[in-house]
Amino acid sequence: MKQRKNNTNWVEILGIFLALTWLAPFYLMVVNSFKTNRDIFEDVLGLPPDAVFANYAQAFQDLDFVNALWNSTFITVTSIAFIIAFSSMAGYALARNKSKLSGTLLLIFVSAMLIPFQAVMITLTSFFSSFNMLNQYGLIFMYLGFGCSLAIFLYHGAMTGISLTLDEAATIDGANRFQTFWYIIFPLLKPISVTVAILNVIWIWNDYLLPSLVLSSEEATIPINMYYFFGEYTRQWDLALAGLTLAIIPIIIFYFFAQKQIISGVTDGAVK
Amino acid sequence: MGNKSPVFWLFIAPVLVALLLVVGIPLFMGFFYTFTNWNGLGFDQFVGFEHYSRLLDDERFLSSLWFTIQFSVVSVVLLNIIGLGLALIVTQKLKSSNFLRTIFFMPNLIGGLILGFIWQFIFINVFGQIGQLMNIEGLQGWLSTPATGFWGLVILTVWQLAGYIMIIYIAYLQNVSGELIEASQIDGAGPVQRFKNVTFPLIAPAFTVSMFLTLSVSFKIYDQNLSLTDGGPFNSTEMVAMNIVYTAFDSNEMAYGQAKAVVFLIFVSIIAISQVYYNKKREVEM
Repeated sequence: MKQRKNNTNWVEILGIFLALTWLAPFYLMVVNSFKTNRDIFEDVLGLPPDAVFANYAQAFQDLDFVNALWNSTFITVTSIAFIIAFSSMAGYALARNKSKLSGTLLLIFVSAMLIPFQAVMITLTSFFSSFNMLNQYGLIFMYLGFGCSLAIFLYHGAMTGISLTLDEAATIDGANRFQTFWYIIFPLLKPISVTVAILNVIWIWNDYLLPSLVLSSEEATIPINMYYFFGEYTRQWDLALAGLTLAIIPIIIFYFFAQKQIISGVTDGAVK
Repeated sequence: MGNKSPVFWLFIAPVLVALLLVVGIPLFMGFFYTFTNWNGLGFDQFVGFEHYSRLLDDERFLSSLWFTIQFSVVSVVLLNIIGLGLALIVTQKLKSSNFLRTIFFMPNLIGGLILGFIWQFIFINVFGQIGQLMNIEGLQGWLSTPATGFWGLVILTVWQLAGYIMIIYIAYLQNVSGELIEASQIDGAGPVQRFKNVTFPLIAPAFTVSMFLTLSVSFKIYDQNLSLTDGGPFNSTEMVAMNIVYTAFDSNEMAYGQAKAVVFLIFVSIIAISQVYYNKKREVEM
């Protein structure tokens, strides 16, 4: 027993050592963001001799941070609201219709998950530009198209655990299909909605390529502004690092508050 | 809800329309345009298989494809070894288990673009300075040669995604019942034997899941490639996804870029289909 305890201690030490290694890039980013460029070249590992906040002030301005944060939030939240509302409806309808056609439709949605974005991106952007839809609203619609497959798959899977007698009872009580779905079924699907929301936050919030092809500069999200900002200050690491730190603060706050749900949501999304 | 019920169609109409406009139509238009001289706006000529035969002589494309394959194979192997290792560590009933999981998973929440920039700083400045101080030549000049660019991308990818693979292995490890472990202990199995003969066979499905997942993710990587090396030096670290973007949007050869995208789709589909086939086969065996 004693030996076992000892082993556990060694594993714990190894684990903590690895965790510090994993954190090292973040540590280096943050400490150097408070140095001047000159301090960085003198000593990259240590704490800043005196903390410089000017980097942050300038990065905040040049990243157009408030505007980019708003754009990122608006696009992410709206896209996810649409994905959840419309995919849960479809998952429900497909699960309650046992016909061959319904099975084929599900298969089409699921197969669409396998198509890599690059295979459609060129024609997609030219197609949408012919309707003047290369803007935020077009982008939100695109996220619905790309995001619905996985969501439908998850909702459809969860429906098998929700008994048909609930639908029947609601019908007897005089509810129509919409009422049955929104008042009875949708609340029961809440765990899946949380999973869908989390998987899509991670994807949409961080997405770079699609928005870079679709959005105008006033509509730019955090990753897009980060790309241009970094290009402008390639050799000015102090500024670049302050910008990078700013850019990851929102998602780290999100992780801090929703850690449990995030890890279990990601597990559901990956294993199913 | 039958096929003729208008409610059924109302419920699926929004996603059906979105999928059709965002994926369906662009996909078929894409196939069609690869046989024309389409320039993004229109076309006036059919060119047959010209774009596809040009691909076979496009050295930059072929080398990006070869680079992507090498990168994917190395990443898949390392990701699975390290991901499983992390999962085994954090499932040991440690005091710090939850904390460790949180840390290892953290890089997954941040976009590849931002992580690539952070690592650019690490490779160039931190590696460089440590190399200078300790006189290790191998640490200097990272990302300025094809080999350091390759390993830089591998390190970034493994660091970012290992926590994700860890989560998958944890899910399967938790299915290994305590009773089985105890029984094997009573039978006198040591930790290594126990892992080899009890745990390993039970988590075998996790290998299939995470192997194909990591393979398809690393094959499609773009953001990390863009921000860490931007394909440099001299396009030696350019991957297929980046080559497609470059062809279509930087050199404005839309139809040719689309032909590359179709070839890319075929590669990704082969990975996906072999996964389905492999899973079916395994289910039959079980």
